[in-house]
Amino acid sequence: MKTLTAPFTEEQVRQLKVGDMVEITGLIYTGRDAVHKWLSEGNEPPKNEVDLNNSIIYHCGPVVMKKKNAWTVTAAGPTTSIREEPYQAGIIEKYKLKGVIGKGGMGEKTRIACQKFGCVYLHAIGGAAQVLAEKIVRVEGVYGYEKFGSPEAIWKLQVVKLPVVVTIDAHGNSLHAEIEKQSSAELQTLFAGMKK
Amino acid sequence: MKAKQQALFLESLVEIIRKTSTEMPADVVRAIEKGRAVEAESTSAKYAMNIICDNIGIAKVKSQPLCQDTGTILFFIHYPAKTDYELMTKLIKKAVAAATKKGYLRQNSVDSLTGENNGTNVGPGSPVIHAEPWKKDFFDIRLMLKGGGCENVGAQYSLPDGRVGAGRDLLGVKKVILDAVQQAQGKGCGPGVLGVTIGGDRGTGYFVSKEQFLRKMDDKNPNPVLAKLEDEIVQEANRLGIGPMGFGGKTTLMGTKIAALNRLPASFFVSVSYMCWAFRRQGAKVSVQGAIQKWLY
Ligand code: SF4
Repeated sequence: MKTLTAPFTEEQVRQLKVGDMVEITGLIYTGRDAVHKWLSEGNEPPKNEVDLNNSIIYHCGPVVMKKKNAWTVTAAGPTTSIREEPYQAGIIEKYKLKGVIGKGGMGEKTRIACQKFGCVYLHAIGGAAQVLAEKIVRVEGVYGYEKFGSPEAIWKLQVVKLPVVVTIDAHGNSLHAEIEKQSSAELQTLFAGMKK
Repeated sequence: MKAKQQALFLESLVEIIRKTSTEMPADVVRAIEKGRAVEAESTSAKYAMNIICDNIGIAKVKSQPLCQDTGTILFFIHYPAKTDYELMTKLIKKAVAAATKKGYLRQNSVDSLTGENNGTNVGPGSPVIHAEPWKKDFFDIRLMLKGGGCENVGAQYSLPDGRVGAGRDLLGVKKVILDAVQQAQGKGCGPGVLGVTIGGDRGTGYFVSKEQFLRKMDDKNPNPVLAKLEDEIVQEANRLGIGPMGFGGKTTLMGTKIAALNRLPASFFVSVSYMCWAFRRQGAKVSVQGAIQKWLY
């Protein structure tokens, strides 16, 4: 088990390799479709509220309830990351993001940006909404609640030991590409053995 | 139905939805445990399976949705022939809206033309209700919640298929099913379960493939040809090495359930539905008075 603890640095990130199991501790931000589009149109959130520099973005639309004036997250599983592929590389470059958390993997542009700018793609366990919600110890705030709606807003979350797996590292490797290639070769072997 | 009966029926429906969304059926838990046991220690596959098992435990204790995507809401119902059908569907929709309000279902249904979400999960095509009358004097109400991620990796093949090299025979059928698993990679939140229909028209093929998920994980197909095919698909798919979440590993598929329908001489469809590990389906025997008498899974 490896750890990624705030403040996130390029040095920490460069030490990670695909397949590593990692626990993240520190402040992270959620962001999904609306936010990625908005950011890539050149908009910037006010820095005193949301400082994306060297941060980690989580592709997640959490379910957040307000109880006695405090926010609590009741479900926080990852959403499919590939929808952000057109925007992600630019955002990694601009804010020197150290990590992107999501599910399902991302494409070539993101892989290259991770390598170039020292970022990693961290795969959370799809569907594990309850385990992931329990790792969020505090909601520090929210930006764009009105503008984007609750699931699409930027939530500032303090997490402790959020479990993920590195599937794109900062050295140009993608576990998704590797598994795709291996499984495709194995399928052809299976087919070859099936000839009547 | 009298007012009191209606109220009880509504309450039972909400309870079926709650249990489906928050508790994994025992047969699926056993399959997941089996998958966890075969993965090697200190691998990301084991790590993923451990987290999945923890998640199942927490969701049940907290009575919170297993996964936040509470999916397409699919009802499969048998009802006593003298039931007021319109009233029954009205109560089902009411139960869905009530369960959404309580947070057992996410506000998950969007108008395809306007993008609007009315927040109730009730609208054209939601919930999906398949209902048939029968002679018995109780309801058999089964519910499946099927997430979007796994629905997106479903596939329908028309044999022969040149890309896969699959002809119009059982070997061709097997090839396209395995191809669907390879194409899906980890994107459907595997380890998954396949529901497959060989034959039928396009619409019926997909419908019956989903219906296969009503079968228990550990049942045996009464048709020996299909039973053999089901076993072979699981064994061979697990040689692909895709593993939980696509991290690599031994458990890519936990099960496969296959049905065969007649087809036209001109068509040969193979329809594959993929169910994610968050395999949510439950069912209950409900009396004509509207009370749950027995859970079916
Ligand atoms: S595919 Fe299943 S487990 Fe994954 S996010 Fe969708 S509903 Fe949840």
